[in-house]
Amino acid sequence: MATVELRFSALPEHVRTARLVAAAVARRVGVDESVLDEVRLAVGEACSRAVGLHRRGGIDGAVRVALIDQEKRFFIEVEDEAGPAGVPSADRGEDSDAEEDALGLAVITGLVEDVEVTNGAEGGLIRMSWPVSDPSVDD
Amino acid sequence: MDLSLSTHTIGDRTVVEVGGEIDVYTAPKLREQLVELVNDGNYHLIVDMEGVDFLDSTGLGVLVGGLKRVRAHEGSLRLVCNQERILKIFRITGLTKVFPIHNSVEEAVSATD
Repeated sequence: MATVELRFSALPEHVRTARLVAAAVARRVGVDESVLDEVRLAVGEACSRAVGLHRRGGIDGAVRVALIDQEKRFFIEVEDEAGPAGVPSADRGEDSDAEEDALGLAVITGLVEDVEVTNGAEGGLIRMSWPVSDPSVDD
Repeated sequence: MDLSLSTHTIGDRTVVEVGGEIDVYTAPKLREQLVELVNDGNYHLIVDMEGVDFLDSTGLGVLVGGLKRVRAHEGSLRLVCNQERILKIFRITGLTKVFPIHNSVEEAVSATD
């Protein structure tokens, strides 16, 4: 079971909440202070992407964020319910959504060493992890 | 922390001071501001990001959109940023090659390249 699990309606206003919760849990389980900004940014990117996929597909649903402390690593899973991989709808907005999506993934893969992006019939899953320092050290 | 925006002009440059968090929720406000400025004929923009606490790819997308708009009018969009954690995002995405990034508004104002 995840240490903390969060499900939110796929709306932009909830992404900040996910960032704050992820950073708080990461700090709590012992992720190094210097990496917290990275965790915050990566989870925000993954959630923004999930929200974007829902929005572009016109699909209601939730984004699930699982924060897992396991075997000296901190895992974050961000899962959407937007269906099979990014079915881009034509003629969206003036600033290209696809461009933003590519930037989002570029930020995640540039930041996080251990990252895996998969897609299933129901939606996509981004799984990332970071090392956790010695749990005996607690402030 | 929400997004704060204010603008002022220095000569023919328009400085947009941004504060707070630029993310998927707040970025549309920045986009609106940039679009409005360009529509009003301000083609030389300086986005001062010294007060920005958080920036994600949605924010980057808005800045790229702004750059495209001003370039369509032979204008410029310069950034002011000294914060390493924000600069890192520009580096990761290769956008340091796209945007002129300055240490201060004064430097950006006097830049001509």
